[in-house]
Amino acid sequence: MALFGKVVVTLPQSCGTSSQWRHMATLKAISMRLKAVKNIQKITKSMKMVSAAKYAKAERELRLARPYGVGAQSFYQRAEITQDEKKPNHLIVAMTSDRGLCGSVHSNIVRAIKAALPLKPPGTNVKLIAIGDKARGILGRLYKNDMLMHFVDIGKRPPVFQDAGNVALEILKCPFEFDVGEMYYNVFRSVVAYRTTVMPINTMQTITEGGKVSLYDSVDEEVLRSYREFSLASLIFFAMKESACSEQSQRMTAMDSATKNAGEMIDKLTLKYNRQRQAVITNELVEIISGAAALK
Amino acid sequence: MSICRNVGILPRLTKQCIRLASVQPTRSYADMAFTFASPASVFYNKANVKQIDVPSFSGSFGILPNHVPLIAVLKPGVITVHEQDGQNKRYFVSSGSVTVNDDSTVQILAEEACTVDQLDAQAVRDGATKAAQDLLSASSEVAKAEAQIAMECYEALQKAVDSH
Repeated sequence: MALFGKVVVTLPQSCGTSSQWRHMATLKAISMRLKAVKNIQKITKSMKMVSAAKYAKAERELRLARPYGVGAQSFYQRAEITQDEKKPNHLIVAMTSDRGLCGSVHSNIVRAIKAALPLKPPGTNVKLIAIGDKARGILGRLYKNDMLMHFVDIGKRPPVFQDAGNVALEILKCPFEFDVGEMYYNVFRSVVAYRTTVMPINTMQTITEGGKVSLYDSVDEEVLRSYREFSLASLIFFAMKESACSEQSQRMTAMDSATKNAGEMIDKLTLKYNRQRQAVITNELVEIISGAAALK
Repeated sequence: MSICRNVGILPRLTKQCIRLASVQPTRSYADMAFTFASPASVFYNKANVKQIDVPSFSGSFGILPNHVPLIAVLKPGVITVHEQDGQNKRYFVSSGSVTVNDDSTVQILAEEACTVDQLDAQAVRDGATKAAQDLLSASSEVAKAEAQIAMECYEALQKAVDSH
């Protein structure tokens, strides 16, 4: 009898009444949840290590590719070639990849495109090209009629110049005659930071009309066309490298915080499980004791 | 008394001298920022070199500092870089573009590039014979053009290997 007063049954908030049967079910549910979260933690930890290795490689290659990309852009900057936004046909290229779980890299690109479209002058005819399944999925749902083509199989292997060459070839071959071209991609700044940027894709006309192009010697149609095709491939290659590096670093960060969150959840669930286990034992004791006391 | 006056002027004089001397010399008249890169590697990044000899489809030419701005397309061949200390480095390039800007910056972007001593003579000969066979057996226009391009490239490779 005196035992009753000393026993303090700590029931978890989620449990309504204090029936032993209900406790057993909750105990099993908690242990199943605990096992599931532990598995998830293992998976996210391994994904983090894999993407850390891929990020190290991507960053190394990006460091080598950066002078190449900056060099490719310098002609357009020095010749002060600008695109006239008021022309009617616009082409937007979205550079993403096939795989998710990498933070907000893909959704930032799509968001930037979605924000830019209403700002264009009325009457512009905008078409989209999606590189990567993620852009195709989201943009395809929103602008199904405006999607010209999409590229898949991006993101599994690090990008090589051949891939960029194929993309450039298709863009140049496509029947849509665009006047203004823009490519949205992510520029890698650091492990935690990246920036969504727009790179112009210049047409032959924009280049020949450009600011200081007349200063350049021995420029004829043939040379200009070959030059533009090669520099388009180079710029796409550069954008692919930057995007890949940003994606890997964001995936590493995302998986790292997922692992940490899973760890916290495991701690909390373990405490809950132990408290519940002790409550069940206490209840069994109470019943035994009260049964024994009743027999006396 | 005069000594004190001179000593008093000294710090002001030295300060003025330091200000004049610390004006950073801007890039002198005969400098160029030379960037030579391929997608996989960087050979020169904004380096200062004396002269670059470039093979292009519009003719081979040498680029010195303050060259007239131009753009050109690279032909398969050897680029010779004359460095500041008198050394000449030779690189084989497959294709790419050359840009000389009005501020005397030069960018050579090659699709594939390597130093001439990395070329393997035997592999060049084997590749040349295979390209010749492809040209003979080519059926479509595109295949013929591709084989022709391969032939020209191997001829340039052979010349580069022979002259090494």
